[in-house]
Amino acid sequence: MSARTRELAILVLVGLITMTGFASVYIARQNEISAGSLSYAGFFFALYLVAHFVGRLTVPDADPYLLPMAALLTGVGLTEIYRLNPTDALRQGLWVVIGVAGFSATLIALRHDFRRLESYKYLFGLSALALLFLPALPKIGRSINGARLWVHVGSLQFQPGELGKIAMIVFLAAYLHSKQEVLALGRLKDFGPLLAIWGCAMLVLVATHDLGSALLFFGIFLAILYLATSRLLYVGVGMTLFLVGAAGVYETTAHVRSRVTIWLHPWTTQPVPCPTRGGLLMQRQECESFQLVKSLYSIAQGGFSGTGLGKGTFTLTNGKLLIPDLNTDFIFSALAQELGLVGVAALLLVLMFFVVRGFNIALSVDDGFSKLAAAGLTFGFALQTFIIIGGILRLIPLTGITLPFISYGGSSVVANFILLAGLLLVSQRANEAR
Amino acid sequence: MNARIRIAALTSLTMLVALIVASTYWQAWAAPDLANRSDNSIQQVSEFTIDRGRIFASDGTTLAKNRIVHAGGQTYYFRRYPLGSLTAAAVGYATQTKSRAGLESSANDYLTGADQTLAGTFKQIGDRLLGSTIHGSDVYTSINLRAQRIATQALGSNCGAAVALEPSTGRVLALVTKPSYNPNDVESHYNRIGKITSPGCTPTSPLVDRATQGLYPPGSSFKVVTAAAALDSGRFTPTSVFQDPGYCIEYGQRVNNFTNHDQKGPEAFGTLSLATGFTDSVNSVFCNIGKRLGMHNLMNYARRFGFDQKPSIDLPSNALAISGLYQRSHLLSPTQEIDLGDPGRVAFGQSLLLVTPLQMAMVAATVANNGTEMQPHLVDRVRRSDGGIVRIKPEELAQPIKPETALELTQMMESVVTSGTGTAAAIPGVKVAGKTGTAENGTGQPNTTWFISFAPADAPRVAVAVVLQNQTGTGGMTAAPIARQIMQAILSSAPNSNS
Repeated sequence: MSARTRELAILVLVGLITMTGFASVYIARQNEISAGSLSYAGFFFALYLVAHFVGRLTVPDADPYLLPMAALLTGVGLTEIYRLNPTDALRQGLWVVIGVAGFSATLIALRHDFRRLESYKYLFGLSALALLFLPALPKIGRSINGARLWVHVGSLQFQPGELGKIAMIVFLAAYLHSKQEVLALGRLKDFGPLLAIWGCAMLVLVATHDLGSALLFFGIFLAILYLATSRLLYVGVGMTLFLVGAAGVYETTAHVRSRVTIWLHPWTTQPVPCPTRGGLLMQRQECESFQLVKSLYSIAQGGFSGTGLGKGTFTLTNGKLLIPDLNTDFIFSALAQELGLVGVAALLLVLMFFVVRGFNIALSVDDGFSKLAAAGLTFGFALQTFIIIGGILRLIPLTGITLPFISYGGSSVVANFILLAGLLLVSQRANEAR
Repeated sequence: MNARIRIAALTSLTMLVALIVASTYWQAWAAPDLANRSDNSIQQVSEFTIDRGRIFASDGTTLAKNRIVHAGGQTYYFRRYPLGSLTAAAVGYATQTKSRAGLESSANDYLTGADQTLAGTFKQIGDRLLGSTIHGSDVYTSINLRAQRIATQALGSNCGAAVALEPSTGRVLALVTKPSYNPNDVESHYNRIGKITSPGCTPTSPLVDRATQGLYPPGSSFKVVTAAAALDSGRFTPTSVFQDPGYCIEYGQRVNNFTNHDQKGPEAFGTLSLATGFTDSVNSVFCNIGKRLGMHNLMNYARRFGFDQKPSIDLPSNALAISGLYQRSHLLSPTQEIDLGDPGRVAFGQSLLLVTPLQMAMVAATVANNGTEMQPHLVDRVRRSDGGIVRIKPEELAQPIKPETALELTQMMESVVTSGTGTAAAIPGVKVAGKTGTAENGTGQPNTTWFISFAPADAPRVAVAVVLQNQTGTGGMTAAPIARQIMQAILSSAPNSNS
């Protein structure tokens, strides 16, 4: 069986799983939604068939598991978004269309040799900066939840940082690959452009309060630096700088201090001043840590087997939502309640499988740029997953960032489809060389 | 570079494995604790998808039932309390936004069906997986609605409380607090509860169950405990002789009988027995007993009756107050009691002593039950959704006094009703044992009045404690008639008709 035929077979299976998901939401909530909604699953499957056929033409030998796994994650996300708010699911569906278009465009444009991207490295570096900087612009930028990371044009909202992440990974991979030997010597001047672009990115992120992305960019930077130079010392120095920087930011920014306090002490028995209510005395779980605590309750409510799709409790009976941002940053807690530990573990295993395949591509391809790009993209994917779910599960302080493929949000979907296309291109190169 | 890629891969996978471990922690390990947190509105709302068990009075009248509401694709079972405020103190409420109180809180496991047998638990898991409704267990209480109604009427517009117990079992027959609130208002008309006022007391605090949470000076009603200590310790007998000059000398100062509004007869009684001092409620007699017993012995007996600890009853622990010596709202420890307590005054229920009506009802019930204290309880039996019935067996709490002591106390308490301060509690054809109490709240302030009693004295079926705030009369005038009506209501019901 060829790689693409295998991909098709798994896609059919994923299509069936998605169909089952939509059907169970429909059964649980049939007095709210119509049977026509089941066509979502069919539409969704058709979209992935398009992606599959574009893949057949452009990357015939690429890894057959990545696209179906991405489809499964998107399917799970779409099902849950649909269950929480059918209108959002319609929009998300449109974004998936755009995502598949971006995916196809990337594959078609770069089908001959994606490595020519390497020579445009500074263009990528600068566009990463530009994308990160867009939300800070006065007219089109917009703040949501204290973080200024949105751009809106008309009624469309977009988080350009998601695309900036991919551009930054390409830049880092290209730059570090071309300077690999000299960088290992440790001369400061070779680091100049690298530190300049990357430092600016960090500044923009911290200034816009996008701590999750700042953490993500930092982690990706250290990982690619280590992969390229093999110097653990750089990682050590980087970590130390990070800790010093984090301590500095902690001291100077109330926003960051609050995140850490919420992380360490989400519950208080005595009332404490609530900063968002003008210092009114209330228990922290009713104020700053409200969202985290309610999300933990939602996760715990799922238990082993979950309440079942469509059967979870997310609102008061008058419809008031108990957890803010449920379908974006907190979609994991919605899934955890309805699918339970069994479902969450399965979901995380799918994410792990995706990561394993990604690194596998990095291992099997033979040139440095491709290796760095594939490993960088995959590591970024894993770290982003860890930052958001780890924050929700109180392993690390919570910073708002999307869950790849699953969260509601256009920019995230489009960016992840381009990431997927990138991995498939590298994979095609690795497999065709054999 | 491949070795380094493997390290990066390993790091990534470690992070994702950490997420699985953390999920396991929250969904398996920490889940039960989180479910019990009072701000867990997800748990509270989702519990309304359970067909919550109903709550019944002992005659089968429904005290709490469900109202089915369809919202957001779910079926919810919300509570209705057909009798409104009548049984609010015992039944409490279950709401989405204001949590739970009363039996709705303490019997929640029964009501949500969490008390299942192993087979029942498996059936519930099956129901949950199939999305079928889970049915809770029905709770049958020991509340005697007749007595509950009569007590509520008799308390009228007073601020106060009444508790009636079945001495041989500890079953709570009536639990009344005034003023009360309508539990149907808690969810959506909470402001109505805030507007409840009463001429008898400020703050009105309708949500406070005065029967179990209200702390009042017991006045002379505490003489039952003092007499129990005096007789049971063997230091005194009912015929022990005292001299009453009209006062008692404490720490070199006079403690006058005159301040004892409850006392019957002249201000100075001269030579008299302990029994007569009890019948006529002579403070100097008890002051002298207290001084001779000392704080340690007196409080030891009080502790045997359950003072200094939360009473053991099937109501939420946050609705129970501890009876004992208090200074500035803090309960004194046994050593502080000896340092700060004044045994002469504590002996007749003044000084730092504060008690709950429930505790005083337990004292009366213990004397009635030959000195054996039964655990008070509201839940008689539970009927599971599969038809299985669980009966709650009466439990002995303690044996604070010997049966002989109980008998002597019964006789003394009988003469309080036949010829002493509590004649207003007499029921024709029934022997009634009782003790009045009129506690001072400072000069010029109205009194807190008490009556604790049981009947029939030779085969007790009911023990009662009644407390009234802000009274100008004595316990014998104000509280005794109410206690009589409650006892009559219970004696006229068929004995143990409903258990």
